[in-house]
Amino acid sequence: MIDVLYFAWVRERIGLPKERLDTGATTVAALVEELRAREDRYAAAFEDLASLRVALDQELSDFDAPLAGVREVAFFPPMTGG
Amino acid sequence: MAVRVQSESFDPGAELERFGTGPDVGAVVTFTGVVRDDSGKLSRMEIEHYPGMTERALAAIEAEATARWQLTGSLIIHRYGALAPGERIMMVATAARHRAEAFAAAEFLMDYLKSRAPFWKKEIGADGTSWVAAKDADEAALTRW
Repeated sequence: MIDVLYFAWVRERIGLPKERLDTGATTVAALVEELRAREDRYAAAFEDLASLRVALDQELSDFDAPLAGVREVAFFPPMTGG
Repeated sequence: MAVRVQSESFDPGAELERFGTGPDVGAVVTFTGVVRDDSGKLSRMEIEHYPGMTERALAAIEAEATARWQLTGSLIIHRYGALAPGERIMMVATAARHRAEAFAAAEFLMDYLKSRAPFWKKEIGADGTSWVAAKDADEAALTRW
C-alpha cells in the first residue's frame, strides 16, 4: 500500500487531497499510467507531466524513479514559495 | 538556525530584536515578502503547503546556506492559509561577521524558497481564482549558485 498525495490544482482536478492505493507499479511513471487509466479526472490532472513535480517520501524526485520501499508519493505543480 | 511554518502573522521587528545577537555578529540582513495586488482586484491569497515536506525542505535549504557561508544565525518564517493584500507572507534573516556573507546567504535562501519549498499560491479576486504559475526566471535563478 502506498499513500498518494495531491496538492494545488492537481488536488482540485482529482477532487481529493490523499488516497491509499494498492499498486503494482514499480516506477512513478508506471503509477501515473495506472492513475491516468482510472478516470477522466486523473487523465486531466496528469495530462502534461512537464507541468508536474513528484516527491517520494517528502523528497523531490523524478518520474523515472523506482517506487520500491516508498511509502508516500506526492504530485504537485512547480512550487511557488517566497 | 530556525525554521517556522505557521498560519499566524509575525512581527518582523520583534523577530529582529531577538535575532543575530552575539559578539561575532557584524551584519544582519532581512527580507520580508508581502502579498502584492497587481490588478487591484485581489481579495485574498491562499497559500497551500505540504506539511512535513515543507519543514524538511526549508531545513535542508538552511543547512545548505550554513555550509556555504560562515553564518552566525539564520531564520526562515513562512506562512500558509488565507492572507489579505499587504499582509506579510514570509521573512528570512541571516547574520554573519560581514555583510557580503549575510547578503549572499539571504539571496540564496530566497532563490531556493521560491522553487524548492512546497508552497503553492492561489489568488482569489473579483475576476475569479487562479493558481500563481512558477516563473522560468525563478528556476533559472538557481543556476547562479
